[in-house]
Amino acid sequence: MAFYVVQFLTGLASAASLFLVASGLSIIFGVTRIVNFAHGAFYMIGAYIAFTLTERLSGAFGFWGSIVLAALAVALIGVLVEMVLLRRIYHAPELFQLLATFGLTLMVEDLVVLIWGPDDLVGRRAPGFKGAIDFFGQNIPSYDLFLIALGPVVLGILWLLFQRTRWGVLVRAATQDRDMVAALGVNQKWLFTSVFAVGVFLAALGGALQIPRDAVHHAMDLRIIVEVFVVVVIGGLGSIVGAFVAAVLVSELNAFGILIFPKISIILVFLVMAVVLIVRPWGLFGKPEAPARKTPGLTVNPWRPLTSNERLAALAALIIAATLPLFAGNYLLTVGSEIAIFVIFAVSLHFLMSVGGLASFGHAAYFGLGAYGVAFLAKMAGLPMIVCLLLGPLLGCMGAAVFGFFAVQLSGVYFAMLTLAFAQIVWSIAFQWVSVTGGDNGILGVWPEKWAASPSNFYWLALGVAALVTIALRAMVFSPFGYALRATRDSLLRTEAIGINAKRIQWTAFVIAGTTAGIGGALFAYLKGSVFPDNLGISLSVDALVMVLLGGVETVSGAVIGAIVYKALNIWLVSQTDLSKLVLGGFIMLIVVVFPKGIVGMLEMLAQRRRKSSPPGSPLLAKPIESAE
Amino acid sequence: MKLTIEGLNSHYGPAHILFDVGFEVGEGEVVALLGRNGAGKSTTFRSIVGLVAQRTGRIMFEGKDVSLSPTHEIVREGLGYVPEERRIFTDLTVEENLEVGRQPKRPNAPHWTREKLFALFPNLGEMRGRPGGRMSGGEQQMLTIARTLMGNPSLVLLDEPSEGLSPKIVEQMVDAILTMKKEGVSIVVSEQNLHFARLISDRAYIIERGRICFGGTMAELDARPDIRDAHLSL
Repeated sequence: MAFYVVQFLTGLASAASLFLVASGLSIIFGVTRIVNFAHGAFYMIGAYIAFTLTERLSGAFGFWGSIVLAALAVALIGVLVEMVLLRRIYHAPELFQLLATFGLTLMVEDLVVLIWGPDDLVGRRAPGFKGAIDFFGQNIPSYDLFLIALGPVVLGILWLLFQRTRWGVLVRAATQDRDMVAALGVNQKWLFTSVFAVGVFLAALGGALQIPRDAVHHAMDLRIIVEVFVVVVIGGLGSIVGAFVAAVLVSELNAFGILIFPKISIILVFLVMAVVLIVRPWGLFGKPEAPARKTPGLTVNPWRPLTSNERLAALAALIIAATLPLFAGNYLLTVGSEIAIFVIFAVSLHFLMSVGGLASFGHAAYFGLGAYGVAFLAKMAGLPMIVCLLLGPLLGCMGAAVFGFFAVQLSGVYFAMLTLAFAQIVWSIAFQWVSVTGGDNGILGVWPEKWAASPSNFYWLALGVAALVTIALRAMVFSPFGYALRATRDSLLRTEAIGINAKRIQWTAFVIAGTTAGIGGALFAYLKGSVFPDNLGISLSVDALVMVLLGGVETVSGAVIGAIVYKALNIWLVSQTDLSKLVLGGFIMLIVVVFPKGIVGMLEMLAQRRRKSSPPGSPLLAKPIESAE
Repeated sequence: MKLTIEGLNSHYGPAHILFDVGFEVGEGEVVALLGRNGAGKSTTFRSIVGLVAQRTGRIMFEGKDVSLSPTHEIVREGLGYVPEERRIFTDLTVEENLEVGRQPKRPNAPHWTREKLFALFPNLGEMRGRPGGRMSGGEQQMLTIARTLMGNPSLVLLDEPSEGLSPKIVEQMVDAILTMKKEGVSIVVSEQNLHFARLISDRAYIIERGRICFGGTMAELDARPDIRDAHLSL
């Protein structure tokens, strides 16, 4: 019995830091509507700076001073980030903001290693809380008790701040209607900056308080951000009480999940989140939101099928790509195959995201399922390669059918978070079900048969499939199904009002996108000869998002260009520098701020501008003649 | 002149909404901006306070050009704005709603306190702790006006204050606007209801399809039934 009490208290102690970080994220989202992916990065920097300061400053005063000082310093960094980066993109679509903060996270991960080195750092114990308290023969670290007490205290302070100060009233008002607050004479800019500073302060404080409990390392940002997403989604975005309750719930699930279901402890939390999202999409303590901003892009730019010239150009590009084996070496061909596979992946996400308006943050799940599908069929059933390639993606299809059914019940940020949660569930299964999936060791030896084994043959195979998939999805955009899907994206209610079953259309789109991603995954398994849980991981999902946004979310061809540029750049960077994440992160931020329409969108804009600046009379004159014919 | 608008043009995306809108408001005057649904009344107000991003033209407030200032600075100059849709903060109590609108005292404008506003709108005084979401439409309309007055404006843009209110509440609204006028607040009120406008206004402008097509005193408007019937639905 005593053991369970101790386990419960350990869970409560973990909840404290989680609550600090989650409440910060929640506050920032409430006012600025930015889902700050970099929140985990701020948490991590808080821990690192606190580590350095506690090493320098001695004594109890030095220790506690260092914790607060570290949080303040990071809050200052947060203010700089808000003023330099976020202020430029408040009016951009949600996805761009998520992407920009993700770019920042990438940069921080490299910077942290650059400054503090790659090794785990073990911090000082907290003065006054070094011992443990005996509880019926079980030890409870006294620092844990301190953290348990801290959680409610911070909750109380935040409650007073929001209910009893003018700043708090303004923040709550801005959470509901930003423009109206400005129309009453409040300077939104400073309100946003101060909110961001408070949120970042809480994150950094959460990180700094972890150093007596856990080692400081450069991957703690991703681990916490996933948990924090779960917490704010369960608790309700924008609700601080919700963040507290959910932080306790998640921490206890973690603490007891390990005891009761050691095999599926990771899944447990995500299952709870999925259930909450389905039953109460706005979270336990959140409020249902008015329909979110609809189109993922900035402006509505109607799409048209390619003209015959453009078709010829696309065909020419394909032919040129097909000649690569004539002059390129094996390494380049392998890179080429990988790029072709990622074109498939990016195009499938683009279909879901731009055509369907459903931005999935867990699209890698279906890519990875396709890869595992192939691995199972090839290794266990021993089927020939062609059969594996045809049947493997079906696993992705089935996964998309099950998860998609639930996911399309939601929209916007919540859709993104649910897809993320589903992807994490799939990842957890792959990671923990060692007897079937091999766990972390993956499944090895999935090699192509002789006819596809040479790099050039495999390249042609990948290129051919990529071309077919792209053409098929493009054709679908301009088919009646594509029109219906675009209608659900632009207005769900109106679509239903004209007799279209909107949810079914979206579900179908989800399944199509998932299956297509599975095709990419199937090829990927053969390219690498192995399958690992990483093939379903978050970073791969984010890669896909970056590719689509990089190419241009509003354009139909953007995903192809985005995949080629991003993948090529990525492979090249990794071979050139140890700081690839730093460069890549900076690059992503630059794209979001300077070229929000992506590469293809930018080219289209330039072309349009040139058309406009051509002699003004001529297009007008040309028109009547054309129509006369 | 208190407020002078010249050559105001506004766009929503590719749609051109306002065409060279211009009008004037004198010190202490109540001016009505009349027009049908969709004529451009609300867009005019939203453009003046800078809530429409794409706008050109000159907006002179108390002799100062504010056309390039951000919304909060325009409002802090003393130009209050009461939106049409009663955008009160539903999660905030009556007193908290007023707190959001609070701005420092201004030398050339009446100073409003909570107590003074509760005297002007007695209903609000009885529900200080009630969340804005649990108030009737009329009470919400009073709260939006009171909230803007907390900023001690010297001029208020009132967007369709009588819309959707019961006759009894409309009467109270007329009294409140006349009290504001007596205190020395200049007012521009947009209306579809000519009867309501006549009760409070000194002069009127008529806006139709984004263009001002008439300007004059209420007596001059009454002398031109042709204009009245052509541009206002009665």
